[in-house]
Amino acid sequence: MNFSEVFKLSSLLCKFSPDGKYLASCIQYRLVVRDANTLQILQLYTCLDQIQHLEWSADSLFILCALYKRGLVQVWSLEQPEWHCKIDEGSAGLVASCWSPDGRHILNTTEFHLRITVWSLCTKSVSYIKYPKACQQGITFTRDGRYLALAERRDCRDYVSIFVCSDWQLLRHFDTDTQDLAGIEWAPNGCVLAVWDSCLEYKVLLYSLDGRLLSAFCAYEWSLGIKSVAWSPSSQFLAIGSYDGKVRILNHVTWKMITEFGHPATVNNPKIVVYKEAEKSPPLGHLACPPPRVAAGPLTSSESKYEIASMPVSLQTLKPAADRANPRIGIGALAFSPDNYFLATRNDSVPNAVWIWDIRKLRPLAVLEQLCTVRAFQWGPQQPRLAICTGGSKVYLWSPAGCVSVQVPGEGDFQVLSLCWHPSGDSLALLSKDHFCLCFLEMEEGMRMAFGQRGDCT
Amino acid sequence: MNELLVLQRKNLLAQENVETQNLKLGSDMDHLQNCYAKLKEQLETSRREMIGLQERDRQLQCKNRNLHQLLKNEKDEVQKLQNIIASRATQYNHDMKRKEREYNKLKERLHQLVMNKKDKKIAMEVLNYVGRADGKRGSWRTGKTEARNEDEMYKILLNDYEYRQKQILMENAELKKVLQQMKKEMISLLSPQKQKPRERADDSTGTVISDIEEDAGELSRESIWDLSCETVREQLTNSIRKQWRILKSHVEKLDNQVSKVHLEGFNDEDVISRQDHEQETEKLELEIQQCKEMIKTQQQLLQQQLATACDDDTTSLLRDCYLLEEKERLKEEWSLFKEQKKNFEKERRSFTEAAIRLGLERKAFEEERASWLKQQFLNMTTFDHQNSENVKLFSAFSGSSDRDTPTLHSRSRQKKPHGVPSGSPVCTSKLTKSLPASPSTSDFCQTRSCASEHSSSINVLNITTEETKPNQVGRECTNQKWSMSSRPGSQEGCYSGCSLAYTNSHVEKDDLP
Repeated sequence: MNFSEVFKLSSLLCKFSPDGKYLASCIQYRLVVRDANTLQILQLYTCLDQIQHLEWSADSLFILCALYKRGLVQVWSLEQPEWHCKIDEGSAGLVASCWSPDGRHILNTTEFHLRITVWSLCTKSVSYIKYPKACQQGITFTRDGRYLALAERRDCRDYVSIFVCSDWQLLRHFDTDTQDLAGIEWAPNGCVLAVWDSCLEYKVLLYSLDGRLLSAFCAYEWSLGIKSVAWSPSSQFLAIGSYDGKVRILNHVTWKMITEFGHPATVNNPKIVVYKEAEKSPPLGHLACPPPRVAAGPLTSSESKYEIASMPVSLQTLKPAADRANPRIGIGALAFSPDNYFLATRNDSVPNAVWIWDIRKLRPLAVLEQLCTVRAFQWGPQQPRLAICTGGSKVYLWSPAGCVSVQVPGEGDFQVLSLCWHPSGDSLALLSKDHFCLCFLEMEEGMRMAFGQRGDCT
Repeated sequence: MNELLVLQRKNLLAQENVETQNLKLGSDMDHLQNCYAKLKEQLETSRREMIGLQERDRQLQCKNRNLHQLLKNEKDEVQKLQNIIASRATQYNHDMKRKEREYNKLKERLHQLVMNKKDKKIAMEVLNYVGRADGKRGSWRTGKTEARNEDEMYKILLNDYEYRQKQILMENAELKKVLQQMKKEMISLLSPQKQKPRERADDSTGTVISDIEEDAGELSRESIWDLSCETVREQLTNSIRKQWRILKSHVEKLDNQVSKVHLEGFNDEDVISRQDHEQETEKLELEIQQCKEMIKTQQQLLQQQLATACDDDTTSLLRDCYLLEEKERLKEEWSLFKEQKKNFEKERRSFTEAAIRLGLERKAFEEERASWLKQQFLNMTTFDHQNSENVKLFSAFSGSSDRDTPTLHSRSRQKKPHGVPSGSPVCTSKLTKSLPASPSTSDFCQTRSCASEHSSSINVLNITTEETKPNQVGRECTNQKWSMSSRPGSQEGCYSGCSLAYTNSHVEKDDLP
C-alpha cells in the first residue's frame, strides 16, 4: 500500500471523475484538478466565493461548483480551460445543485424549496419545476439516466413526478399514500421506485415505472420507523434499516420480507468472526522519548491491529438521550457490496462496530469493532472490499480474505473523516478536515491480506 | 387344716393375680393417659396449622385479586394511552396540515415576489453553448414525443418482466427436474423390497407395483411434464407425495424392526450379524493399533539410524557433498578451457595458412616488381652513368629483393615473437643512403612489426608504419599506427591491415614515373 503526499483541502470536497482519470479538490474558492495517478496539477480554476458543493458531470468533461452563500453556480470545462459558465439564482437563493445524467443540464433547488430550475448548457431554455419536497432524498435519477423521479408536496399531500430526462417532459404524476414522504430511490434496473415515509411511520411503498403501486410494506406501528434504505445492485433485494435496530430484507418477486437481521450488543453466534481492534503496545525503546500527544478521541501515533475475539463478545453500546428527536439508535448506515454478496450495516447504538452479512446465505459473517466511533464506510466499486474510517489516523479495510488496519503515514495526526474510492478500485482518497491524501492499493497487497495481520504502509 | 392351707394358698394366688392385674391395669391406665395427652397435643397443633394455612390461603387470594386488579388497571391504562396517542396523532396531523397550508401561502407569496423582481437578474452567463452529450439536436415537444416516451417506458418495463419471467421459468424447470429425479430414486429404492420374503412389506409392495405400473405409463409422457399447466403440476406433486408416504412408512417399519430386535433378541440372524459386526470392528481396531505401533517403532528406528550415522563415512560423504559443487565448477571450467584451446589451435592454423599465402603473394609481387624494375633499368640504361649505380643498386636491390621484401613491403608476419625489426631499419638506412635522389623506393619505408603471439589468449598486433625519409615529391608522410589488441578473431583484422598496406604500396607504386 502506497500513500501519496498530503495536499490541502477544504470542506471535505474531493471527488474522482467518473472515468477515473482526474481528481478534483477544493481549497476555499479554488478548484484544483489533478491527474488521478500522478497527482500532478492539471488545471486550476478560481471561483468567486467559497465552494460548498462540487460535482463532476457524468462524461467527466465538466465540473460544477456551487456557491450556496452567493446563490451562484460556476461550471468549468476540462477540455477548454478558458470556457466558463456562471448561473446566478439571484434573490431566489440556492440550497442544492446537481447535474442531470446527460451532463448538459443543471438542476438548482432554490431557497425554501420554492422551485427547481433546470438550466441547459446546450440551449437557451430554462425549465421550472414547482413544489419540490424538502426531504432527505427528494430527487433520484435512474441508473441509465433516462428518468428523473421527484417528490412533490401540494395541498398537504405527497406526490411523485416522473420526468423523461431527454426532453424534461412529464411522464407520470401520482400521489403516494404516505404521511410525510422522507425519500425516494430507483432500483438499479430502473423499473421500480421505492418510496418511504418519515420515521414517525414505518411504511415502504413500491411503485412501478408507470406509476402503479406494486406493494406496500409495514413492519410495525407506532414506534419510530425507517432510518435507512438501500437497494442491492442487482435489484433483487431492498434492505430497510429501522430504529428498532433491525434490517429487513424484501425480495423483488413478492415484495415480502424474507429475513430480518438483528444487531444485538452481545454477539454469541460461534459462526461469526469478531475482529476487535487492539492497540499495539509500543516497544520499550519508546519509553525514553516523550510520550505522544494524547488526543481526546482517536489515537494519534500508536498502531493497532485486529485480533479475533472469542465468543461471547460484548460490544460497546451508547445510551441515547431519551427526550431528544432523531435519537442515535437504529440502523443508520447500510451498503451492499458491488457484487451483491455482502451487506455492511452499522447500528447507531453500537457505534464502534460494523456488521457484515453474507447475502447468499442470509446470515451474519463478521463484526468489526473499532476503538472509536465509525464515521464512514464505503465498498470499493469493483471488488468486495470495505474501507472504514473512524476519525483517527488509520484506515481499515475488510475483504472476505481478512481485514487490515493501516496507519496513514506523515508527521502529526491525519484524522480521516471521510473516504472516497477511485472508480477502478485501485486507489482510495482519504479526507481530513484540511487535507487529503491518496492511498494506492496494489493488487498483490489485496490478495495477501490475511487474518488479523497489520498492514505495513510503505 | 389342709383345706385352710389350700384356701390360703388359693387366696394368696388370687391376691397375687389380682395385684398383678391391678398393676397391669395401672400401667395401662398410665399409658392410655399419656396417649390421650399426646393426641390432645397433636390435635391442638394440627388445629393451629389449619388455621395458619387458612390464613395464608386467604392472604394469597387477596393478593391474587389485587394482582388481577392491577393487571386490569394496566390494560386500561394501555388502552387509554393508545387512544391518547391516536388522538394526538390526528391532532398533530391536523395541526401540521394547517401549518403547511400557511407555509404554502407564504411560499406562493415569496414566489411571486421572486418572479417579479426582474431587476435582480436571475440569469446564466455562458461563454458559448455546449453541444449535447449525444451530439444530436434538440427536438420540439409534441404529442409524438410524448407518445414515444410512453412507448419507451413500457418497453423498458416489458423487458424487465420478460427477463424475470425467463429466470423464473428456468428455476421452475430445474426444480421440476430435481423432483422427477427424486421420484425415480424413491421408486428404485422401494422396488427391490418386493423380492424379500417379509410379510409386513406386502402392503407396500402392492402399492409399489401399482405405482410402478402407473409411473411406467407416465414416463412415456415425460415430455408433457415440461409444460407448466396445472394438471401436470398436480400430477407431479401428487406422485411425489405418494412416493414419499411409502418411503416414510417403509422407514418406520424398519425402525420398528430394529427396536423389536433390540427388545426381543430372537432373530438369530440379526444378533449374529451384529455380533459378527462387533467382532469385526474389534479386529479392525486391533489391526489399526498394531499398525500404528509398527509405524512408531519404524519411525524411532529411522531416527536412531539417522542420529547414529554420524561416523567417518558419513562425514567424508558430507565433505564430498560440499566439494561436489566445486568439482562440478572445475569440470565446467576445464571443458571451457579445452574448448578455448581448440579454438586457439584453429586460429593458429589459419594464421599460418594466411602467412603462407601472404608469403606466396609477396613472392609473386616481388617477381613482378623485379621484372618491372628490370624494364625500367633497361629503359634507363640509355641515360647517365649514374644510373649504372642505380643499376647496380637496382640489381643489388633486385637481387636482394628477396631479402628486402619483408621490410620494403613492410610486412613481416612471423610465428616467432621477434620479427625482423632490426633488419628493416638497416635496410632502409642502406636504401636511403644509396638512393638520395630517387624518390621511388625511398618514398616510403614502412616498418612494421607484427608480433603475434598465439600461445596466449591475447593477440597484440602492433602495426606501425612510418616514413623515415622525407618525401621529395611532396607526398605526405603517412604516419599510421595501427595497434590492435584483440582476441583470436583478429586475424582477419591483421590481414586486412596488411592488405591495406599492400594496397597503399601498390598505389604509391603506381605514381612512380
